Amino acid sequence: MPNYRIHKTEYIDETKRVSFKYDGKTYFGYEGDTLASALLANGIHLVGRSFKYHRPRGIVSCGAEEPNAICQIGSKKDLTEPNVRATELELYEGLEASSQNCWPNVKFDIGGINNLISPLIPAGFYYKTFMWPKSFWKKVYEPLIRLSAGLGKSPTEPDPDIYDHKYVHYDVLVIGGGVSGIIAAKMAAKNNFKTLLVDDKKILGGSTIYQNNESIKIDDKLSSEWLKNEIQEIKKLSNLTIKTRTSIAAYHGYNFLLAKENLTDHLPEEKKKNKIRQRLWKIRAKKVVIATGSIERPLVFNNNDRPGILLSNSINKYLDYYGVTCGENIILFTNNDSAYETSISLHKKGIKNIIIDLRKSASSELIKQAESLGIKIYLNHVVTNTFGYRKINSLEIMKLSEDGNTTIGDKIKLSCDCLGMSGGWTPMVHMHTQSGGKLDFRDEDQVFLPKENSEDQISVGSCNGDFDLENIIDKTVNKINKFLDIDNQDYQDTNIICSKENDKRNIWLLPNKIPLGKTKCFVDFQNDSTAKDIKLALKEGFRSIEHVKRYTTTGMATDQGKLSNMHALGIIADTAGVKMGTLGTTTFRPPFTPLTFGTLVGRNVGKFFEVVRKTSMHEWHVKNNAEFENVGQWKRPWYYPKNRENMHDAVQRESKAARDSAGILDASTLGKIDIQGSDASEFLNRVYTNAWSKLAIGKCRYGLMLNEDGMVYDDGVTTRISENHYLMTTTTGGAANVLSKLEDYLQTEWPELDVYLTSVTDHYSTASICGPNSKKILNKLFPNLDLSDENFPHMSFKEDKLENINCRIMRISFTGEQSYEINIESKYGHSLWKMCIEAGKEFNLTPYGTETMHLLRAEKGFIIVGQDTDGTMTPSDLQMDWIVSKKKFDFIGKRSLYRSDTVREDRKQLVGLLTDDPKEILEEGAQIVLDVKSKPIDMLGHVTSSYFSPNLNKSIALAVVRSGKTMKGQKLIIPMENKNINVTVSDTIFLDKENKRLNA
Amino acid sequence: MFLINCPFCGERDQSEFSSGGEAHIVRPKQPTELSDDEWAEYLFMRKNIKGIQFERWNHVHGCRKWFNVVRDTSNDKILSVYKMGEKPPVNYK
Repeated sequence: MPNYRIHKTEYIDETKRVSFKYDGKTYFGYEGDTLASALLANGIHLVGRSFKYHRPRGIVSCGAEEPNAICQIGSKKDLTEPNVRATELELYEGLEASSQNCWPNVKFDIGGINNLISPLIPAGFYYKTFMWPKSFWKKVYEPLIRLSAGLGKSPTEPDPDIYDHKYVHYDVLVIGGGVSGIIAAKMAAKNNFKTLLVDDKKILGGSTIYQNNESIKIDDKLSSEWLKNEIQEIKKLSNLTIKTRTSIAAYHGYNFLLAKENLTDHLPEEKKKNKIRQRLWKIRAKKVVIATGSIERPLVFNNNDRPGILLSNSINKYLDYYGVTCGENIILFTNNDSAYETSISLHKKGIKNIIIDLRKSASSELIKQAESLGIKIYLNHVVTNTFGYRKINSLEIMKLSEDGNTTIGDKIKLSCDCLGMSGGWTPMVHMHTQSGGKLDFRDEDQVFLPKENSEDQISVGSCNGDFDLENIIDKTVNKINKFLDIDNQDYQDTNIICSKENDKRNIWLLPNKIPLGKTKCFVDFQNDSTAKDIKLALKEGFRSIEHVKRYTTTGMATDQGKLSNMHALGIIADTAGVKMGTLGTTTFRPPFTPLTFGTLVGRNVGKFFEVVRKTSMHEWHVKNNAEFENVGQWKRPWYYPKNRENMHDAVQRESKAARDSAGILDASTLGKIDIQGSDASEFLNRVYTNAWSKLAIGKCRYGLMLNEDGMVYDDGVTTRISENHYLMTTTTGGAANVLSKLEDYLQTEWPELDVYLTSVTDHYSTASICGPNSKKILNKLFPNLDLSDENFPHMSFKEDKLENINCRIMRISFTGEQSYEINIESKYGHSLWKMCIEAGKEFNLTPYGTETMHLLRAEKGFIIVGQDTDGTMTPSDLQMDWIVSKKKFDFIGKRSLYRSDTVREDRKQLVGLLTDDPKEILEEGAQIVLDVKSKPIDMLGHVTSSYFSPNLNKSIALAVVRSGKTMKGQKLIIPMENKNINVTVSDTIFLDKENKRLNA
Repeated sequence: MFLINCPFCGERDQSEFSSGGEAHIVRPKQPTELSDDEWAEYLFMRKNIKGIQFERWNHVHGCRKWFNVVRDTSNDKILSVYKMGEKPPVNYK
């Protein structure tokens, strides 16, 4: 095999040989190579199969725009990574990579049959084909499509790598370390701006750093030599931070940018260990300089996708930067001057090459130089076809007609082993548009350029459409001086000599004698969409670029159309006969290049994924085998299984114990809001549906809070601690929102009220003891407290001390049993709990969790906001009219309670349900109907809560049913997958309707 | 990601705030005297402007204070910030 590494460069360390595996075979490269340059050095162009037609594809570019050379890295289940661009992946010892989207291998791929049947798979193939029969979708089409979809394979185990996030603030951020970025960064940093310069490559310098053409000079030096000096200088600047291997992923409003820094992807396996792999930088910059450069355009002609066809400038970079030639007999096909630079470079290294130029004439310095070197140039010619299956071996050219619409004359066949194409340059306006900036279209060379800014940013260099070096440096200096309001003279006397391009000719879809339908002129290499597909889309009536894009999938692959979007637009404009500038572009969305999930998530994985709130008693629950339930961020004991009980058995035991003797619940998670101020009573009057003014000090009251639309929002018991002091409790999940809502009203609607709200949820721990023996347990804990019903009745409050620590004790009940809630400062919560347990031992005091709590309250028909309500239930729907004050002038939601919709009698209303078979437990969420025979079946409502009650020895359920209030005794049906369950509408209260147990 | 200048705390990241929708919608003093339509107007109807919009924000992970913001929704620029109860700046009407 010939060696394509033909000369030494300073960027490749030939003393450091690196071995790597590609598709199972071992190869060698050098430190400094990318995977792509090392493959090319080994003569490998073919690196994958195309997505749809499975055509052989080769390396096209040398950077982020690469559509073909995407590979699977590694094979470990947790570390393998798909869709990595070989052109960006730095080579390291032991790297394992493989080609994607081919089976059994890249050289012989079964899917290649798609190429033969391609006339049968036009644009919109899936939309058109998999429409019918409907029943085929789930069982036939979807599995088939899924099988053939996707590039590469995801890892199947958790990512063991470490990722990091970092927040930084800078005066100036410069994106891109090419010549304009370096100048901008130097000017900013030297004028006391704290500056950050980022570049996605390993070293700074962009494409100028390997420039070696004698006709391009700065201060009498090669531009690359001059730039190296500049880089040495900026490295000395103290307020300039330089981050290489760092690419900006997103430019958000207010100059907030995300950058991904690669820290270990270029290191051998053993050096990666225990290091941060990638870091996400969250950057706030006062000003942003965009110097992201431009990327070369391909040309659209028949069979322009064969391996061995690259962008012309990439051939140049592989040659002058990596010392690798992409072929030994190269043809360059261009419509602009830049390919001549490549040609001259190749010529200097002794590589045979000729130029096919679309233009009728070309006359710049570079062209004269090429001519004088004796390089063969075909002006006014076009490539009409290429040949060679796994690699290009020859091509055909023809002369162009005067208007460029057709070819004329005879075909000339030329042999080659590599074709470089250059269709001009596309400024990378991604960052500008992501920031909200608008674009202008320049007809002369058909480029979109930054226009208006909405952020404090500026584009310089070739991303601003300035392509020759003199233009770049002069304009950058002027613009930066203006942008930063400085007067920097560093480049005043810089003398720049460069070739100036005089001639332009752009044809988006190159003409051909073969009918378009029989050609393969690829526009999007990665998604396999062709010029034919785009024209078909237009023929079928699509006009908007956004629609054509989605219909043909042009620009929707992992490369986001960096090489294809402009051509798609150009072909649409030409076909539709409109000016390209009027079409607009598709939206440039972040990220610029794909980000790993790891980078986005950073350290927030595993136990750091979400905040967990634990009560003071948590440790005890864990020790006592509690199973936990997440309620908001809280971990609440769900049930406490004993002796390998299942959930059902544990809940039955806990529920029975609570009613027969005593149970204890950790109620610390309930939201607690401390309300103080001379208008506290009036405030409660306005936020709850019932009246509060007459609540005596030391008494408690249940309250229902509505939204302004009349729907139940939250509930809880509030205690009047003193004249102007209340303690409100809220649902566990609703605490933060309730506080927010109350603050909203207080600050914005009723600022005249003297009321202060403080969240004290975390300040107090609460043990709730219920059951017929609760009073006896309380008596042991608080021997001096008079617990008689006369002194301490239901819905009242006392203060007492537990070993000198103040406790607030509320006699309130969510179970229907006699019940006490003991509140203590949180740091004593654990001790309080243990003392309660100790005191309750002789009474079989049984800890119970949320499941038993739900069962016990359901037996009493108490609602749970969010379970039995869903934001469409009024108090009346819940059969709770008793809690809505008729006398109060106003409260939140009052007016909505008699809107025409809320007074409808056929609203869904809360009812009880009893199953005909008392052992049958309904499923929560099950639908309720009157008659299963009518079609469509009329859905009356659904089950909201359902349990087996050990105390009643039967199944009970709450449900919302249309017109349920009037249905008591009505037989209804709950149709399930395998059977219909017969139920009867009942009262919502199943146990102790007379509330005798409260004072038992 | 906005930078919002809380009138009580100064400039902070958007993640500390929550948005409360359109500003200067006053809760009717006597809801009972309103027709269903009038009440619905207060309850449901909100503007959705492309351009200059007056809106409420809450520094919910900060001082918990509500305040008003004038924002150009076409480019997300915050033009002015003022406390509850203060009159909106007239130059944006």
